[in-house]
Amino acid sequence: MIETALHIIRSNASGRFGLFAVALILAAALLAPWIGTHGPNAIDPIHRLAPPSADHWLGTDQLGRDLFTRLLYGARTAIAVALAVIALALCVGVTLGMTAAYLPPRGERLILILFDIISSFPTVILALALVAVVGPGFGNVILLIAVVFVPHFGRIARAQTLTLKNSPFLEAEIVLGAGPWRRMRHHVLPNIIGPIIVLASMDIPVVITIEAGLSFLGLGVRPPIASWGSMLNDGYNYLDQSYWPVIASGFALTMATLGFTLLGEAFRDAIDPKLRRQP
Amino acid sequence: MGAIALLLSLTLIIPGDPATILLGPRATPELVAALTQRMGLDLPLHLRLVHFFGDLLRGDLGEDILSGRPVAGLVLAALPNTVMLAVSAIGLAVLIGVPLGCYAATHPGSFGDQVAAFISVGFISTPSFVIAIFLLLIFSVSLHWLPVMGAGDAGDPLDQLQHLVLPSLALAAGWIGYIARLIRSSLLEVLGEPFIRTSRAYGIAERAIVYKYALKLACIPTLAVLGVGVGELLGGAVFAEIIFNRPGLGSLIYKSILDRNYPVVQGSIFIVVLLFVLTNLLVDLSYAWLDPRTRDSISSSFAPWRQRART
Repeated sequence: MIETALHIIRSNASGRFGLFAVALILAAALLAPWIGTHGPNAIDPIHRLAPPSADHWLGTDQLGRDLFTRLLYGARTAIAVALAVIALALCVGVTLGMTAAYLPPRGERLILILFDIISSFPTVILALALVAVVGPGFGNVILLIAVVFVPHFGRIARAQTLTLKNSPFLEAEIVLGAGPWRRMRHHVLPNIIGPIIVLASMDIPVVITIEAGLSFLGLGVRPPIASWGSMLNDGYNYLDQSYWPVIASGFALTMATLGFTLLGEAFRDAIDPKLRRQP
Repeated sequence: MGAIALLLSLTLIIPGDPATILLGPRATPELVAALTQRMGLDLPLHLRLVHFFGDLLRGDLGEDILSGRPVAGLVLAALPNTVMLAVSAIGLAVLIGVPLGCYAATHPGSFGDQVAAFISVGFISTPSFVIAIFLLLIFSVSLHWLPVMGAGDAGDPLDQLQHLVLPSLALAAGWIGYIARLIRSSLLEVLGEPFIRTSRAYGIAERAIVYKYALKLACIPTLAVLGVGVGELLGGAVFAEIIFNRPGLGSLIYKSILDRNYPVVQGSIFIVVLLFVLTNLLVDLSYAWLDPRTRDSISSSFAPWRQRART
């Protein structure tokens, strides 16, 4: 199935571009210590805010750190945060959603109210409010962006479970004596997880954007760790002296979000044409 | 309601209480206790909730712990700027996005359609703050066409308009893409319906069919997204206001988070959530106006935040 999916993705231009961009970013993230031409935090005050040269391929930032190397490490941060957030939100959301479908009405309503509360905040505003409370930092950013995404997965998991719940094969399981947990884990989960994972892949660029946004505001990943968002902010502060930091990090961010969006859309169309819904 | 309960419980678990932060490390315990009491931080959560709603009914959002000014005044002063920004961004997005989508739908598969599709995806996926900075770099720093900072002179509409162009463009970009894509796909769907074929058979001009009959129907899904979009616009406004150094709700929230000025954070986020929920209510009601078929179902099931937004 994956092979046919890859085939379909490769057969249209935007899918190909997405695949290429994502492969590039994954390679950058994985190979950062080996491709990087300098240390990610190596300071070179004499050559601060330098334009691109043979030594610094994309120039340097306000401390003289090599932009190319920091871009590579920034890819690491972005990918790590995105994967951790999606995995966490997926686990919690799907568990809550499936449980909600099996709980008596009062318990179900409780979980739904929780989802409603979370989604009554605009995404970025909720992330900001949570940062205000728990403070910035790598782990906190992952945790709180995951909170923002839980209702998304939870609602879909609940809806899918509800449609499955009364199907004959699950009734047969009840007759055979399987408890609700066993039915959820062994029978409901494998049936609903496919479409949910496809949707999760489409959330990757959104998570990357939020992480970069928080880091841009200085409320995300803490300074020594390279993040495209904080690089963009540094560049913004020194915009009158050099525009290379802004161009490099802005381009990397655009490339990442565009690549993951295109790949996600191609992936969705390839795996499950039924899911083709409007953005 | 729930949102506010969450907001308050958040402040309850703040690391280090605001009173200590505010008074600095050398404050005496008595001073801290006095301030805590003045801010009502020593009350249990349910009492604070009651107090908050009680104050709210009197239009009181608490007071700024740094300057002592009422939060409601600060928020009200910031609100017009943000609303102006959001409205002009939506206006721009509709003005550019709808024609783009119409063109793509009436020429499906053409070169222009493909260009429009590419532009849409590009705009949708590029974060608004990246677009904002690039716009700033191109039009203000390099070309010096437009002013860089601030909201402009309050008495001079032209100056204000000039300051509004770049931030609203940055905010609108993503929505131009969304709207163009949505209009294209729903217009294509509507144009395939039997009543359009009948209209054509009656000899009604193609232009009238597309713009008078089909477009109205095609607007419905777009409207649904627009409601959620307001939430994202308000989120995006935080970035646009900071990057272009505009006063507004977004920069107010940001500044008060940095200062740990929690009453202001609470009050301004409350207003943002209120705006968000109200616009979604408005959007749901306007369905009924656009599509009479949904009139019955809306009154029975009301859920303003059905759809999830993306940033």
